[in-house]
Amino acid sequence: MEYKIIVLAKQVPDTRNVGKDAMTEAGTVNRAALPAIFNPDDLLALEQALQIKEQNPGTKVGVLTMGPPRAGEIIRQGLYRGADTGWLLTDRLFAGADTLATSYALATAIKKIGGADIIIGGRQAIDGDTAQVGPQVAQKLGLNQVTYAEEILKIEDGKATIRRHIDGGVETVVAPLPLVITVNGSATPCRPCNAKLVMKYKRATCPSERPAEGTPYDYLYEQKPYLNLTQWSVADVDGDPGQCGNAGSPTKVKAVQNIVFQAKESKTLSGSDADVEGLIQELLNEKIIG
Amino acid sequence: MKNVFVYCEIEGTTVAEVSQELLTKGRKLANRLGVQLHAVAAGSGITGKVESQILPYGVDKLFIFDAPGLFPYTSAPHTDLLVNLFKEEQPQICLMGATVIGRDLGPRVSSSLTSGLTADCTQLEIGDYEDIKTHEKYTDLLYQIRPAFGGNIVATIVNPEHRPQMATVRSGVMQKQIIDPDYKGEVVIADVAKYVPETAYVVKVIDRHIEAAKHNLKGSAIVVAGGYGVGSKEGFDQLFQLAKELHGEVGASRAAVDAGFVDHDRQIGQTGVTVHPKVYIACGISGQIQHIAGMRDSGIIISINTDPDAPINKIADYVIIGKVEEVVPKLIKYYKANSK
Repeated sequence: MEYKIIVLAKQVPDTRNVGKDAMTEAGTVNRAALPAIFNPDDLLALEQALQIKEQNPGTKVGVLTMGPPRAGEIIRQGLYRGADTGWLLTDRLFAGADTLATSYALATAIKKIGGADIIIGGRQAIDGDTAQVGPQVAQKLGLNQVTYAEEILKIEDGKATIRRHIDGGVETVVAPLPLVITVNGSATPCRPCNAKLVMKYKRATCPSERPAEGTPYDYLYEQKPYLNLTQWSVADVDGDPGQCGNAGSPTKVKAVQNIVFQAKESKTLSGSDADVEGLIQELLNEKIIG
Repeated sequence: MKNVFVYCEIEGTTVAEVSQELLTKGRKLANRLGVQLHAVAAGSGITGKVESQILPYGVDKLFIFDAPGLFPYTSAPHTDLLVNLFKEEQPQICLMGATVIGRDLGPRVSSSLTSGLTADCTQLEIGDYEDIKTHEKYTDLLYQIRPAFGGNIVATIVNPEHRPQMATVRSGVMQKQIIDPDYKGEVVIADVAKYVPETAYVVKVIDRHIEAAKHNLKGSAIVVAGGYGVGSKEGFDQLFQLAKELHGEVGASRAAVDAGFVDHDRQIGQTGVTVHPKVYIACGISGQIQHIAGMRDSGIIISINTDPDAPINKIADYVIIGKVEEVVPKLIKYYKANSK
């Protein structure tokens, strides 16, 4: 069987490696100080999609992402690993979206693409940790969902058999296609970029990624149309601006604080034998430890 | 109308602890708002078994959905029953656990009702809000407070226009408390077929394994936690040894878990376990907000760190400036020497 698969992927700031300069004096996030990466769980979703493609020749994998023009890099990263195509949703009207407005935008784009047999993304993105977009996309498309997937065991007779993580264990479910799947952090790591594919796609860009004055290799985009990545605005996907971005977000941020901890009066000790033994004796004497 | 709802998670016929914690919080919010606390329980063969685990937390009305297809949990039937119930009941707040089930169900329900949902809240309060653009004023909204952006900031989220205001909270963040063992709440046995169409039961669970928890990190009186500064899996062996001597448990920061030093289920913080031990020994943990959110209510905090300016030192009672691999063996040695 040939399947049509859409991988939902997000470019995120690498919040796992936050240095001391990641926050400004005013307590806001200094995005420039954080590298932008392929959201780790989404890479795992890409791997599951590519495995289905290998087992089912003729299957097509596309990467759908929303973000500023530089998020075109996410599509290239997908192409380098074996994806066939990609779509970038970029528009000022998409900005400031909470999870609901994000899922509206993604669902609208998926309809524009013409749907898919499998829509797969990471369980959650590391910059928000909400895990909400996958299920919300499923609801908006009226599809079933399987979240926290660890492995897609098989796909046959229009049904996917999936092992998924649950609290305190695992379960195996059978769900009919079309289906939205979110992939848990415990799934198989993604394959590295393929050198041949990197050579093939390194000039692949979305129109808004290219400088207005043009590049020396502009002719390539006519010679090799696959280097011209699809870029869509709200209007391109027939979206309702009222349901996109900040306007379409029920949740509002009331306040953001850089937390200042109530400092305690602490005793500072060295790691010397005398200091450590003194601490142990103090804790024992005060019956803090038994 | 306008009541506070808690979705209760049920494994077999046992109500999850996180749901009882949320009922306790929900009771307080309902008191503050002058409304009732309602609970929803859905499962198979639960009637007569779950009431005594739910009503004592001060539940005024419990809706029971009891049908064969409702356990084990699958997304569609539980979504349908909540969405259709909420259309009738028009709650102002809905809380659920930030568990695998809550994080599967919450977004689906919020998307169906076009209401806002905030994941992994660490505090819930009631307060007012003024929209800075329209200057419209709103009273008695739910403040959904959570660390954001990898735990580097704390955000207060509100849903001014849409109802219900939905939030998920992790296990252990709130404390459960029985209001009255004989609290008189009304029990409503719902007609499941009226809320859930047959077509909803399409995803089948064919195999299921639940293992008893390997450790009791959440309830442990002493926690020895390691961060990225522990350096390796082998480094954690020393922490396990110290925890064993002290009859405690080993926890870890997200950085240590991400680095593969220790299992994910030992992660302490906003996206892990929240602990309230008597003694918390932080080894090589710098103390990002996301970690501190999961341990700040510890009794005595001891920080072992080579960096005197590590943020965690600010909330520590004792700061030992030194290398984890040198200090921890000394702690073990002198504990053995001085305890009987």
